[in-house]
Amino acid sequence: MQETTANRVAANATSSFTEHLQRERPDLMPFGQVPFNQLPAAHSAAPLQAPHGTTIVAMTYAGGVLMAGDRRATMGNVIASRHIEKVFPADQYSVLGIAGTAGIALDITRLFQVELEHYEKIEGTLLSLDGKANRLGAMVRGNLPMAMQGLAVVPLFAGFDRPAGFGRLFSYDVTGGRYEEQEHHAVGSGSMFARGALKKLWRPGLSEQDAVAVAVEALYDAADDDSATGGPDPVRQLWPVVYIVNRTGAVRVPDRDLAAVAVRVIESRTVAQREA
Amino acid sequence: MTQQFYVSPEQLMKDRADFARKGIARGRSVVVISCQDGIALVAENPSPSLHKIGEIYDKIAFAAVGKYNEFESLRQAGVRYADVRGYSYDREDVTARGLASVYAQSLGAVFTAEQKPFEVELAVAEVAQTQEADHLYRLTFDGSIADEHGFIVMGGQADKVSEAVAAGWQGELDFAGAIRLALAGLVADKETTTLPVSALEVAVLDRGSESGRGTRRAFRRLEDPDIVALLAEEK
Repeated sequence: MQETTANRVAANATSSFTEHLQRERPDLMPFGQVPFNQLPAAHSAAPLQAPHGTTIVAMTYAGGVLMAGDRRATMGNVIASRHIEKVFPADQYSVLGIAGTAGIALDITRLFQVELEHYEKIEGTLLSLDGKANRLGAMVRGNLPMAMQGLAVVPLFAGFDRPAGFGRLFSYDVTGGRYEEQEHHAVGSGSMFARGALKKLWRPGLSEQDAVAVAVEALYDAADDDSATGGPDPVRQLWPVVYIVNRTGAVRVPDRDLAAVAVRVIESRTVAQREA
Repeated sequence: MTQQFYVSPEQLMKDRADFARKGIARGRSVVVISCQDGIALVAENPSPSLHKIGEIYDKIAFAAVGKYNEFESLRQAGVRYADVRGYSYDREDVTARGLASVYAQSLGAVFTAEQKPFEVELAVAEVAQTQEADHLYRLTFDGSIADEHGFIVMGGQADKVSEAVAAGWQGELDFAGAIRLALAGLVADKETTTLPVSALEVAVLDRGSESGRGTRRAFRRLEDPDIVALLAEEK
């Protein structure tokens, strides 16, 4: 294309913060700093020890979507953190939860949050829910070289589709593939157990309170069988992080509500006096 | 062979400044007022989509008069600067002072080095916990920067508008009072005594956004019905 001022201006006009960062400050990107062919081979040494985040569950309910995550990060057989939070608001109408290498995942979350806010400020309007989901997929794809070194990040994305009027869920694979999920989904090391629980507990048209209870119980079941997932901790007063997203926006469920729900789950299991 | 005529630097700068001033004076005015509830930004702007007022960061807003393409590119540059800074350090490290000094440098560079100066005047406003800690910066086309107290008036008939706003300004105003005062200022150079809501662009930086709306982003654009409701409140 002919190099004219108009072409140059058009080429530089971007509403994407990630694109701007790649162009102007590539050193700040959470991924893509080392060229693919210069990365050390994965099997050359012992796998890098870094904290990993574990189980995230998400489901639709009558008024929108809900996402919940446990509070544990593990490094090999050691508990790296009991307090980590792995579910975040992405913007006013969407949330994301992350499983995988915690350090990279937290940076990708931060980049994604700025990406959405940046677009909103530059364009004066919110990105569509599909647009947001695609941007997140591109970021996961950007992390593929690191994923091949064992530092994978697998997010779960949920948001309220305002034009359509209902909540939607998206899952990803390490290559950035984006899949829309129906009803409910879970990612992370405890996801098999959480999904098993969700299949039995979830039903269409759950109320908001019931959905919170289902999410807490699914995480409880995941923690029961997966050592890398943390259950509710009444000693330290640690409860899962739960966000609900509906027509009015994303809100975090307060700890005192979660404490009540978690205690009810523990009590009902204690009373039953059964193996599971 | 063409002969380059000598022009004294004084004359050159004066011509450029006159050119920029003329461009700015053609536009309609913008008023920025710091008050009890936060900072109100009011512009006379008939377009509902080509904004003169914009959000830069959590506590920082931008207002401009002059040529749209020029101040729009400065606004976008400001958003990029603030987002990169907040991303690489921390959100609280983004300040209006830093942004204003970047604007001053770019405006100064364009004024001396480019074919023509930018025909714009900018205001950068930052809301704080208390009114005394609010910051209002005025930036002019040549890169001059001024730290203003209370309010800023820019644009076409800035002198007349400024007089009217100065007469009514006091720290105890709430948003409704500040917007009413800005309106009184904006009609000071006209025959009419009021402007239709559709001819206004109003946004606020809410001092209590964390406690009131649960968000750190203080900037809120007021839609026409919001403005009508606010102005209808008891005086």
